[in-house]
Amino acid sequence: MSDTLSLIKSKGRALVGQRLFLPLFALFLVLIVNVIKTPAFFNISIQNGVLYGYIIDIINRSSELVILAVGMTLVIATGGIDISVGAVSALSAAVCVRLLGSSYDNYATPMVLAILAALAIGMICGAFNGLLVSKLRIQAMVATLILFTAGRGVAQLISAREIGGKMVPGQIIYVRMESFKGIGGFLPKVIVPTPVFIAAAVVLIFYLVLTRTALGLYIKTVGINSRAGRLVGINSTFIMFLGYVLCGLTASMAGVISSSRIYSSDANNIGLNMELDAILAVALGGNSMAGGKFSLAGSVIGAITIQALTTSLYAMGVTADQLPVYKAVVVVLIVSIQSEELKRWISARGGKKA
Amino acid sequence: MKETDMLTMRGIHKEFPGVKALSNVDFTLRKGEIHALMGENGAGKSTLIKVLTGVYPLDRGDIRVEGIEGAVINHSPEEAQKNGISTVYQEVNLCPNISVAENISLARQPLTKWGAVKWKKMNRTAEAALDAVGLKIDVTKTLGDYSVAIQQMVAIARAVDVQCKVLILDEPTSSLDDQEVKKLFEVMKSLKDQGVSIIFVTHFLEQVYEVCDAITVLRNGELVGRYDVAELPRVQLVAKMLGHEYDDLAQIRSQGGESLSGEIRETILDARDLSKAGSIKPFDLEIGKGEVIGLTGLLGSGRSELARLLFCADKPDRGELSFKGESVRAHNPIDSLKRGMAFLPEDRKEEGIIGDLSVRENLIIALQARTGMFKLLPLARQNELADKFIEILSIKTASAETPVSQLSGGNQQKVILGRWLITDPDFLILDEPTRGIDVGTKAEIQKLIVRLAREGMTIMFISSEIEEMLRTVDRLCVLCDRKKVGELKNENITQHNVMAAIAGGNQ
Repeated sequence: MSDTLSLIKSKGRALVGQRLFLPLFALFLVLIVNVIKTPAFFNISIQNGVLYGYIIDIINRSSELVILAVGMTLVIATGGIDISVGAVSALSAAVCVRLLGSSYDNYATPMVLAILAALAIGMICGAFNGLLVSKLRIQAMVATLILFTAGRGVAQLISAREIGGKMVPGQIIYVRMESFKGIGGFLPKVIVPTPVFIAAAVVLIFYLVLTRTALGLYIKTVGINSRAGRLVGINSTFIMFLGYVLCGLTASMAGVISSSRIYSSDANNIGLNMELDAILAVALGGNSMAGGKFSLAGSVIGAITIQALTTSLYAMGVTADQLPVYKAVVVVLIVSIQSEELKRWISARGGKKA
Repeated sequence: MKETDMLTMRGIHKEFPGVKALSNVDFTLRKGEIHALMGENGAGKSTLIKVLTGVYPLDRGDIRVEGIEGAVINHSPEEAQKNGISTVYQEVNLCPNISVAENISLARQPLTKWGAVKWKKMNRTAEAALDAVGLKIDVTKTLGDYSVAIQQMVAIARAVDVQCKVLILDEPTSSLDDQEVKKLFEVMKSLKDQGVSIIFVTHFLEQVYEVCDAITVLRNGELVGRYDVAELPRVQLVAKMLGHEYDDLAQIRSQGGESLSGEIRETILDARDLSKAGSIKPFDLEIGKGEVIGLTGLLGSGRSELARLLFCADKPDRGELSFKGESVRAHNPIDSLKRGMAFLPEDRKEEGIIGDLSVRENLIIALQARTGMFKLLPLARQNELADKFIEILSIKTASAETPVSQLSGGNQQKVILGRWLITDPDFLILDEPTRGIDVGTKAEIQKLIVRLAREGMTIMFISSEIEEMLRTVDRLCVLCDRKKVGELKNENITQHNVMAAIAGGNQ
């Protein structure tokens, strides 16, 4: 009997010791609360030929954040940070939509080319950030602050429209062709939303690249001890640079999906505050902000947790303007249960009582 | 305390968990003297200074300062300053972004009764303070605009300005060039004439003999002695620092490898006129295949700097380097790696181990970098290599997947050594591979060096322990004050000759 108990105890400890335990636990908590408050939370039905339900909504809506979190994880692992991803999303969306045009009959540029151009813009922005941080050794926060502010401005300039014989920037430009909506919505005869496929593909491809080449090992090395990395022949500068380029790429993917959801480019709102959610997702995933070891799966779980939180708060009738307050409370709780200091404090108190 | 004494420290004890940093150290500083505090790494110089200035609390001992009744115990550098003891550190710790005058009167600016700064008065005070150290510069300019030497003088002026009786200069000359050092010495001498006593921490022998009156030598936290400069020849000083009597001529060089002297070796590395400003003066060096070459010299003599240039860890300013008959153009560690070089750096923590990564990952990382990013070594091969080298080097670790940071220092060092042996280099540079590790491991590493050399590997070995070098090397380069000053071969490699070379500057 006592054997079984100790076995359960040791198994339990092993489970708790797992890297991903806390992020999963946090997600689990959010979902549990939902089931209690909203019994229909897990119901999934098919309406109008597509899947429908809270869970589907969470997974669908979290796609952009999942994609952003993947890129952000790499940058943070190298010891940096990128606060420009939201603005870069908006910029890429503006480029994509501007190239597609607003005609009802055909695209101004073939859709594939427009998307590729948007992704290229994202990578160029990432390269700009990477150059400042890795080569010029500017602090990551300052370096990416440039595009954080300027990126949205450029997006507005690109989203200019002729009004009364004058070009006015910052307009919402609509894409009228139906096929563009497929990216952020549904493909014909498919019941799962397209963004879910894109997010899954991005995660899978990044996972494979990081584990089937030495890139993952290099990124960890640079994040933990870049000087040692240099001496064993790793080009730390290039690895950091690459991190930012990949982060820019993921930002532009998220931007294209967002613009497709609203079949327009809204330079003011696409990707707004997304950089903070992306950083938070990485942190919730149990990754160190100081760089080094990282878990892609953790960041993905973190991203889904944030979206689950948002969706469930809406489901409970919290209004959009009050959402951040509730979100903040829950985030404080989640990061607190992951705090080493708190754990030590609790175990010290426990020790005293015993 | 005698009339002529400015500061006395008696029976100073200081212990850190597990280490006796200072045990029963006495130190006497006379009025108006420049007193050198000398010793190798870990001798206890900085601990003594920090105990004196209140950075560390004192465990046991008695400190007295002239003009102050009773024992003086400082609890903070500020308190030490009030008691007349000021310190200037190697790295200038002033604010480079504000004016010289502001720096000098930082935290004690003259204020009007409304709390505003009296700028004119502050500038005048600053000029007067700088005048005392013989410096005439525009005090309203930003400190960062001036050279490091000037900044150092400003730091000294600031230190002296607070009614200072004892001035501590902690390696002030490390980042200065010859001209600047000269200027600093003038300032020190003029301060001495004004009655300030100076404690001068340095490891440049040259400078000690140029400017100091007395020397106190520490070794392993214990006092070796206090000497007048005039009465202590250089060789004696080196012997006292390293802990061997000068006339101890015992021939320790033995087993080693049968030296291949006389045979003409094929040259593997040839450096001509290689140099880097501020780190190592131009040197020539030719190394034969299968040779074990040692670099020796005191701390800061340029041993590591020379090795770093050979591996291209630092870029040389000028000079020619060729390896295996090919001229070296690309100066990056990865290029050196591809050429067949390996480099175990001196600073294990900062440049060696990659803490959170596993023993396996730490072992294979150099080979992986040479193989290239897109060709990940298969996990089976990684495990095989890791297991093999854990066994060969008898690395004590729970498993190959244990984070390397959880290993002891000696085992971490073995992991880094293994990392380079896995790349099967032709030329292996070992910079202080045995520092801070236990005696058993030291012997293992020495044996390994000899064995690898017999198998044809060329090895450069740097160590501050002369005995260790005598046991292993075929040829010894002696460095002093960032210059290669001599070479010793075979039967000439004796303790006596090595110390004479280090001390003499020239053979």
